[in-house]
Amino acid sequence: MKRFNGFVIKEFYHIFRDYRTLLILFGMPAVQMMLFGYVLTNEIKDAKIAIYDPSGDVVTRKISDKILSSGYFILERNLNSVDEIDPVFRQGNVKLAVIYEPGFAQKLEKRGKARIQLIGDASDPNTANMLVNYASGIISNYLISMNSEKVPIQIIPEVRMMYNGELKGVYMFVPGLMAMLLMLISALMTSLSITKEKELGTMELLLVSPMEPYQIIIGKVFPYVFLAFLDACIILLLGHLVFGMPIMGSIFLLLLESFLYICMALSLGILISNITNSQQVAMMISLVVLMLPTILLSGFIFPVENMPLIMQVLCHIMPPKYYITIIKSIMLQGNGIEYVWRETLILIGFTAVFLALSIKKFNVRLT
Amino acid sequence: MSVPSVHVQQLTKRFKDTLALDDISFDVGRGELFGFIGPDGAGKTSLFRILTTLLLADAGICTVEGFDVVKDYRQIRKISGYMPGKFSLYQDLTVEENLKFFATIFGTTIRENYDLVKEIYQQIEPFKNRKAGKLSGGMKQKLALSCAMIHKPEVLFLDEPTTGVDAVSRLEFWEMLKRLKASGITILVSTPYMDEASLCDRVALMQSGRIMTISTPQEVISNYPLSLLSVKSGDIYTLLGELREYPGVHSVYAFGQSAHVAYQKNDITPESLHFFLKSKGHKQVEIIETVANIEDCFMELMTSPMKE
Repeated sequence: MKRFNGFVIKEFYHIFRDYRTLLILFGMPAVQMMLFGYVLTNEIKDAKIAIYDPSGDVVTRKISDKILSSGYFILERNLNSVDEIDPVFRQGNVKLAVIYEPGFAQKLEKRGKARIQLIGDASDPNTANMLVNYASGIISNYLISMNSEKVPIQIIPEVRMMYNGELKGVYMFVPGLMAMLLMLISALMTSLSITKEKELGTMELLLVSPMEPYQIIIGKVFPYVFLAFLDACIILLLGHLVFGMPIMGSIFLLLLESFLYICMALSLGILISNITNSQQVAMMISLVVLMLPTILLSGFIFPVENMPLIMQVLCHIMPPKYYITIIKSIMLQGNGIEYVWRETLILIGFTAVFLALSIKKFNVRLT
Repeated sequence: MSVPSVHVQQLTKRFKDTLALDDISFDVGRGELFGFIGPDGAGKTSLFRILTTLLLADAGICTVEGFDVVKDYRQIRKISGYMPGKFSLYQDLTVEENLKFFATIFGTTIRENYDLVKEIYQQIEPFKNRKAGKLSGGMKQKLALSCAMIHKPEVLFLDEPTTGVDAVSRLEFWEMLKRLKASGITILVSTPYMDEASLCDRVALMQSGRIMTISTPQEVISNYPLSLLSVKSGDIYTLLGELREYPGVHSVYAFGQSAHVAYQKNDITPESLHFFLKSKGHKQVEIIETVANIEDCFMELMTSPMKE
């Protein structure tokens, strides 16, 4: 035990004396949180629009008011002719143009029909789609409130988005970020720190000592369990306090699942360091084989359901996917273990397989 | 010699196409200071790694203090100290932290075995708060030796401990080894410097994975089969080539400012050689008979065909 303590203390010296490691450990979660929270957001907020309103009557002004007071849009320009639409899009600020028919209110009154054209800037198709949807939603709402007494029968679908009523991106990126960062810290950092000993030749000395291989490995990994766990807490706290990410379920269960995920990632890191002797290779494997799939194939950014079958199969062997499913279920739906036991078992299975492979691959000698 | 401290019998190690160790056998007695002398690539490091249980041999038997390097590797790891050829301590830890760490993983403390490393460690103790990466070459070696000894090993394996160390530190290092030996530790040391051979009890001259000879440094020298002349001239460069052409010359090597000419006894007389060199236009020719040193012996062994 004393040996083990001495080893862990040494490991902490390494970590705390290398400012780059520290930066990755504690700078990255904060920076990523801010990036995803403020910069890479796909929510609609203050989108700039242009309005062409040749009739300028009560109804069109009322509709424009409704659109602008929704909080999603702000008016960039009032257009004076249809010809201005193209230049205004080309300038790049305006994402949506609202065009009313001339004599809008009159036509509505006489024929019961008037036309509004919504033109979106589809150079960013997702945003354009969303803007158009939001705007038409607002318009039809207005129409319904206007006509409610006159029309005898109508079907009004009332849409409700469960668990994330405001469709906030934060609900998506906090779990994704946790999966990604914990994977990075646990797998990358441990595989680097073990291969570093191999590169420096100190592994030779450790092997020649009476330390058992498992003691060496646990000693090297232990500080990272602790630090990764700390990081998980930081992300949760930031997400909760700064971005209002709810934690509906049990925090204890959430932390327990995170701990399990960290162990899974660490055993993966050990496995990587066992099959390579250089820090560079370990880094490449960690980044290419772990990071990219974590980001792309975990459902973090792209929904798994829309992928081709082969990719979907690939997604199912990505451990982060299960972790993201688990913590979303706990945080957003407030579910207990009875809803996530299957994913939990899968994570335990991954951990066991990686550990078994590592032990099988571990060499009590050089090469 | 009673039970040998290290016993190696018909050891062979192959790396893909190269034969790193070719059928090596030797015994090292308890408390002996045993040197392996040979150029880079002679197989010294492979041998040390096999003895410290880091590598597996392809064939042969090795025991350290009676423990088999394959079966009983755990026991060997408890009783041996190893200093790899490459400086392998933690550069970002201080001198004291390194020593403390190695004491801890061997289940001991600095205080417990301070006497053992005192003489060496005291020299670097003034710098104990300095990072190991910032030490000079000589100090690094002293720290590495301290770390290899802190657990009071019975057998010490030092792989090229003096490579890249200045002459003064090298001398100091060997002084330390002699004192260690006095305390009864078996020491196996390898070096590419032939002048260090004379400081060992016995030496094994190695080349291309083979041991060419094992004996005391005195024996190595007294077994030298040839006679030697040390030749000096104003122009050392042409001298070497012209000496090689002289009939009866066995071999010529530059040795500092002079050339060592080896020949079969009675084949050459200094007078005739002097005359020959004069006729070639050499000035300030100086020829003296000399005794072979360990380097001459090694050169001879290296060029002579292997005894089967």
